[in-house]
Amino acid sequence: MSLLDFLRPRPKNTANIARERLRIIVAQERATRDGPDYLPLLRNELLEVIRKYVHVDTDAVQINLERSSDGEVLELSVALPEVKAATGT
Amino acid sequence: MTETIVITSGKGGVGKTTTSASLATGLARRGHKTAVIDFDVGLRNLDLIMGCERRVVYDFVNVIQNEATLKQALIRDKRYDNLYVLAASQTRDKEALTQDGVERVLDELAKDSFDYVVCDSPAGIEKGAHLAMYFADRAVVVVNPEVSSVRDSDRILGLLSSKTRRAEKGEGPGPQHLLLTRYNPVRVEAGEMMSVHDVEEILGIPILGVIPESEQVLAASNSGVPVIHDAESIAGQAYADAVGRLLGDDLPMRFLEAPKKGFFKRMFGT
Repeated sequence: MSLLDFLRPRPKNTANIARERLRIIVAQERATRDGPDYLPLLRNELLEVIRKYVHVDTDAVQINLERSSDGEVLELSVALPEVKAATGT
Repeated sequence: MTETIVITSGKGGVGKTTTSASLATGLARRGHKTAVIDFDVGLRNLDLIMGCERRVVYDFVNVIQNEATLKQALIRDKRYDNLYVLAASQTRDKEALTQDGVERVLDELAKDSFDYVVCDSPAGIEKGAHLAMYFADRAVVVVNPEVSSVRDSDRILGLLSSKTRRAEKGEGPGPQHLLLTRYNPVRVEAGEMMSVHDVEEILGIPILGVIPESEQVLAASNSGVPVIHDAESIAGQAYADAVGRLLGDDLPMRFLEAPKKGFFKRMFGT
């Protein structure tokens, strides 16, 4: 760190941002990687249907396929937004 | 016993061909009979990096389609007589490469007592990339410390563990290594670039080598001499280390730290 650097605004640590974003997306893609090809499509269609009724974020729908000796379980979780107090129109 | 190594990445422009050329050259320099094959049909470039572009007469597809023998198509390296290049075809027909054809060529190289066959994969996950990895015993995934390259590498790791002959036979994926290229320790220390540990942690496979960003890499490709020949350059030395590790040498990683600045530079910056 040079003397002049103290006078400049410190840039954000973007390497940390990259690392955190990758951690999330890589984990998500690994979870659906070994599953059937239709999982991402299914996820998107579900998202569209849900969005007809509630406004949710694109990452609100999580799909997980778990294999056990008895068979496969498709686990689906939808995070709904917090209900805000009605403010009227 | 012939070992087939695929150099792959998913993303383009990360240094697969540079890496293939230097690793193959390094293996030959260590005394192993080595062939390096360009799988990028339609976009041949390994010949340029290896400096043998004017000696290409027959290519990989010619051999597969029985228009030439493997012996005719293998180009012997100018410097090492145990190193051979098999150029990609410039045909636009991507279907020219077939699984049977590739297998036949690899079998023939094995019969010809090659120790290593280095397969330079094209970018993407299409046929050429699939065939480059399909018969591999081990894989070197070339990655830049940058978000799209890391994500694509993870995708490739997924394909390596499911879409290869080993995986189909239920043998599991062979050894997989990461090779980090264009590494800039100064930017890592400034928090502008992910560190080797970040990338290793996200992808979860061991690091074979870290190649620092170096002007010498462009100079080497300009002149058609694989950068590993340049013993003065840090990139060349880092590739030589990576070859050593491939062969089982236990070597510490070098060039991970930014060069220390003197007093004057510390006070007044670069």
